[in-house]
Amino acid sequence: MAKIVEMPKLSPTMEEGQIATWHVKEGDAVDVDDLLAEVETDKATMEFRSFDKGVLLKILFGDGAIVRLGDPVAIIGEAGEDVSDLVAQAEKAKASSDDAPAAEAPKDEAPAATPAPPAPSPASGGASAPAVVASSVDATGRVKASPYVRKLARERGLDLRTISGSGPGGRIVARDLDGTSAGSAPAGRVAAAPVSREPEVVKLSMMRKTIARRLTESKQNVPHFYLTIDVDAGPLVALRKQLNTDLGQLDPPKKVSFNDFVVKAVAIAITRSPTVNATFTPDALIYHRRVDISVAVAVDEGLVTPVVRNADQKSLVQINEEVADLAGRARDKKLKPEEMTNGTFSISNLGMFGIDEFSAVINPPEGAILAVGGIRKEPVVVEGAVVPGQRMKMTLSCDHRVVDGAVGAAFLAELRKVLERPTQILAF
Amino acid sequence: MTEMRFREAVRTAIAEEMERDASVLIMGEEVAQYQGAYKVTEGLLDRFGEKRVIDTPIAEAGFAGIGIGAAMVGLRPIVEFMTWNFSAVAFDQILNNAAKLRQMSGGQLEVPIVFRGPNASARQVGSQHSHAMEHFYTHIPGVKVVAPATCADAKGLLKTAIRDDNPVIYLESETLYSLKGDVPDDEDFTVPFGLGRVAREGSDVTIISYSRIVHVALEAAETLAKEGIEAEVIDLRSLRPLDEDLILQSIAKTHRAVIAYEGWPYGGVGAEIVDRIQRMAFDELDAPILRVTTLDYPMPYSAALEQHCIPQAPRIVEAAKKVSYRE
Repeated sequence: MAKIVEMPKLSPTMEEGQIATWHVKEGDAVDVDDLLAEVETDKATMEFRSFDKGVLLKILFGDGAIVRLGDPVAIIGEAGEDVSDLVAQAEKAKASSDDAPAAEAPKDEAPAATPAPPAPSPASGGASAPAVVASSVDATGRVKASPYVRKLARERGLDLRTISGSGPGGRIVARDLDGTSAGSAPAGRVAAAPVSREPEVVKLSMMRKTIARRLTESKQNVPHFYLTIDVDAGPLVALRKQLNTDLGQLDPPKKVSFNDFVVKAVAIAITRSPTVNATFTPDALIYHRRVDISVAVAVDEGLVTPVVRNADQKSLVQINEEVADLAGRARDKKLKPEEMTNGTFSISNLGMFGIDEFSAVINPPEGAILAVGGIRKEPVVVEGAVVPGQRMKMTLSCDHRVVDGAVGAAFLAELRKVLERPTQILAF
Repeated sequence: MTEMRFREAVRTAIAEEMERDASVLIMGEEVAQYQGAYKVTEGLLDRFGEKRVIDTPIAEAGFAGIGIGAAMVGLRPIVEFMTWNFSAVAFDQILNNAAKLRQMSGGQLEVPIVFRGPNASARQVGSQHSHAMEHFYTHIPGVKVVAPATCADAKGLLKTAIRDDNPVIYLESETLYSLKGDVPDDEDFTVPFGLGRVAREGSDVTIISYSRIVHVALEAAETLAKEGIEAEVIDLRSLRPLDEDLILQSIAKTHRAVIAYEGWPYGGVGAEIVDRIQRMAFDELDAPILRVTTLDYPMPYSAALEQHCIPQAPRIVEAAKKVSYRE
């Protein structure tokens, strides 16, 4: 008996998935747990494995298609089975995914905590103007343009994929071509490839949508305030140098980074001043007893925040190896969603990019994020004398609903103590 | 040129053609003794006598049939319906006799007849007397359908209709009868069928209309002009045959179209025009074509609700802005 295979929930927050690659084709036999496809979710590229045994009779969405959670993507059954009824049934359900570009914009504005509103039915959504979508290229790569625009594009040699549409649903209409001209080179010159002056239009990736949604939500809903300290990094620099010399003698040699020190120092400071390790909810304040540090990692399409669990209980070398593993897999988009969720406190370090200090956006539902700048060599005053010194600025962004100024300041005071007398980092 | 009212232009055409051709006669309810329900035929009884200006009983199927029979044997009758709504009871005569006999007789018979009278909404004449009947009649091969919007066209099109050797549906409007306009004095002034006219030139959007709504479209065009949208208003004049060339030329210029007319939205003349544009000017369209029609209800008697249902200038403006992506 043939059955419809639906887009599964591959991350806790996914509302839709983009089929990256099918690993089976129509007619292939599949067994339980066989890899059907890779699906790009809001978090990562996930494996989509079969729950059924049979023959893949029909693929309803090809590579690149965006499919809403629970919508049909394929039909599995026995070889030769007639699936026309199921296909018709699936086509009906599929309409909601086909409408996805129109439905996306309003949906993405909804707070993550509330369930997404149902996609408008084709009957109500079809005729009325859909919400504006920046790109005119839909999930299947088709460009939405009026017939007249297509005619003009043929005449002028324009690539419509490079033009963003201002009409309903992102349709390219004649006015969007204002200022574009024939692709022909000026007379008398050797025709060179015309250089388009139009902006490059990049379709939003699932990750970019998630970043946009979550950070907008954070900045709009979380009352941020910022506290900055400038710590004496001299002892830390000296300690790390000595430690790495010693670790370098091991077989195989080990090494730790400033960031590892900061992660561990933050974890220690949290155990001493735990009220920054908190979450605001409308009903109650939640003070976490675990110290799970989210570490911002830049990847090609944006950034992710893998979590170092129980950082207060891990050694510097353990933290180093764990962060290296998480960051590496983050860049390969192989992190599992659960490795990127449920942190209690975030650290974002731009010191290695030459940034002295900055303020970070809180990563909800966490209550605070520490933005770490680079170590600066500069003249400092020690006991009335100007001497060469090393300083590091850190800015704590706090959710004022759960972390007040004095609480944040107390935490930073503890953090300063740990970082300026850093040998204790080795003790815990 | 003489300035006259629409009803006088219609009367002039009838009188001139009756003078010109002794086989032309007019018949209908109250056309003779009462001088016409809307005074279109005022004075004709005195001028042409009761053999050519004939009062009929209230029996549209009967006198439409008598007219068709008279046409088959060589007369050129003008049959007046007091309003086109009443033609519903004569529909069988028009559909099955007037429109069919030339073809069914292998060309041995012809039916040179004009059916005329006021069409579509008037003022509070109720749901049964407010029909736009052209949507029924343009469906039929074998009849021609015309609907003038101006006094000059009222005369010119009616003269062409009377001289045509086929059944012609000629649609007037109760609320146009008092319209004043210049009408050519020439007794051979005719307006050929199948030719529309540009009532207002514009470059941004084409508003296609006919009959009374042409004037509403012109009002809408003035409003649009204040907002920087230059609408071209086309007065079709003739619905069947249809001036495709004029429509397509205008679409090629403006790339967007609104069709405004009285009648319900399902099917009808507007849908036919939409079909032709999308078929013959697909590559010229920058936006879906929109129609502004009577709302999809039986016409309410309430004056306010009636005005709400009939196409008004603000609805045309709204549609024109929508196809111009200027909402």
